[in-house]
Amino acid sequence: MKPAAFDYFAPGTLDEALGLLADYGGDAKPLAGGQSLVPTMNFRLAQPAVLVDLNGIDELFFIREEDGGLRCGAMTRQRSVERSPLVQRISPLLYEAMPHIAHSQIRNRGTIGGSLAHADPAAELPVLAVALDARMYVRSVTDARWVAARDFYVGLFATAMLPDEMLVEVAFPALPPGSGWAFDEVARQHGNYAMCGAAAVVGLDGRGVVERARLVYLSVGEGPVEAEQAEALLVGEQPNAEAIRAAAETAATQDVDPVGDIHAGPAFRRHLSRVIAERVLTRAIERATEANRQ
Amino acid sequence: MDQTITVTVNGREYECSVEPRLLLSDFLRHEIGLTGTHVGCEHGVCGACTVLVDNEAVRSCLLFAVQTNGREVATVEGLDGGAQALHPIQHGFWERHGLQCGFCTPGILMSLVPFLQENPNPTEEEIRDLLSGNICRCTGYQKIVEAVQLGARLIQEKSS
Ligand SMILES: Cc1cc2nc3c(=O)[nH]c(=O)nc-3n(C[C@H](O)[C@H](O)[C@H](O)COP(=O)(O)OP(=O)(O)OC[C@H]3O[C@@H](n4cnc5c(N)ncnc54)[C@H](O)[C@@H]3O)c2cc1C
Ligand code: FES
Ligand code: FES
Repeated sequence: MKPAAFDYFAPGTLDEALGLLADYGGDAKPLAGGQSLVPTMNFRLAQPAVLVDLNGIDELFFIREEDGGLRCGAMTRQRSVERSPLVQRISPLLYEAMPHIAHSQIRNRGTIGGSLAHADPAAELPVLAVALDARMYVRSVTDARWVAARDFYVGLFATAMLPDEMLVEVAFPALPPGSGWAFDEVARQHGNYAMCGAAAVVGLDGRGVVERARLVYLSVGEGPVEAEQAEALLVGEQPNAEAIRAAAETAATQDVDPVGDIHAGPAFRRHLSRVIAERVLTRAIERATEANRQ
Repeated sequence: MDQTITVTVNGREYECSVEPRLLLSDFLRHEIGLTGTHVGCEHGVCGACTVLVDNEAVRSCLLFAVQTNGREVATVEGLDGGAQALHPIQHGFWERHGLQCGFCTPGILMSLVPFLQENPNPTEEEIRDLLSGNICRCTGYQKIVEAVQLGARLIQEKSS
């Protein structure tokens, strides 16, 4: 199908874009890469009266190091993140997960900010943001605030942003020394939205005991789902195969409650939750152990 | 309200007045008559509509024509075979039976142009990863993989 008619603005600065969003309120939508918005407009699931195209706002395209962490402008293409040596060095978990997002032709246009703002429960970036304690810089004409990724996601395709607000920048802090990390997912075909996936970040203390654990899922709930009971079970344990199995079991049976769709039923998703948890926790712990040795 | 855009397609400049909601795919096919760009799904999944914008492979069904104002677009019609009628990648498809109905072919060819520029000697895995963004209902992909391998070799022979 074809999209419904809309008015199109292509501002050259962030202030202009925020001004347009303030003027038009809920009738306007920012257009980032368009890789989620335009399909929904073609289906007429979305019929915004006004599009504010962010592609001409140079100040929103950047990747830089700040305070040892990573800062990305909202319009940074997913393809640029995927290929950035800075991302590889500072945020290896993000780097490892990027190629799982869609296909190269989609990542050429799709942006980091668009995916974070879209809040698709099957998307990788929101999960990575929560796993890495990212912070979102959100602005409107009158207001500017930082929101922790955990508080940013409030439901199905829903974020803490108001209609006149925009995501401007995202900050990924560096992982504490001695951390291990991993990402994995299972999709019917490489590049498709995954039926289940998870990111893990694990920190070990000097004796090799688990000090911190993070396990966050995609595609098993209304947004990123943190497996809090599994995390609590791991902390204080020797990270052996038995502890990993127990945590994965808890994650799959207590922490997640997946619903089914045409791609995978709830039982299969639960099964994948356990298998993937075991894989990412094992890999993250291997990497943490290696990091501790150095 | 219509907006006037100036866009270069396959080296030729077009100045047109378009509605903002006009998709680039429809602009190419219906406004300037370049029907080599195919439209399969209009939601980014099938890859048939893939074209180059400033030498990057993108879905033309997910871009509005107004967004290409001042940019360079390349479509399958612009593939240049030089002295030969076919571009080396097209030659690979011809030789290795890389198409049956041909509906998916333009999108695949346009995805391959920047891919092989950047990676002249891809592994089979890299080729399959690239092809994951294009759906083919006929070939089963095996012949396409072989066609890409031959196309890559022909480009190298041509430039050496
Ligand atoms: C075939 C296909 C496969 C895909 N597979 C995957 C996949 O496996 N995993 C995955 O994660 N994604 C996938 N995607 C989606 C892709 O990653 C999108 O690029 C992403 O979801 C949205 O980013 P965008 O820049 O394209 O945003 P847009 O589509 O332009 O915008 C998405 C939404 O966010 C809003 N928005 C955009 N930017 C901002 C901002 N700065 N501030 C406030 N609101 C904003 C828009 O108004 C819109 O509502 C796929 C897409 C396609 C077409
Ligand atoms: S028509 Fe554009 S991807 Fe299918
Ligand atoms: S050749 Fe028919 S779809 Fe690919």
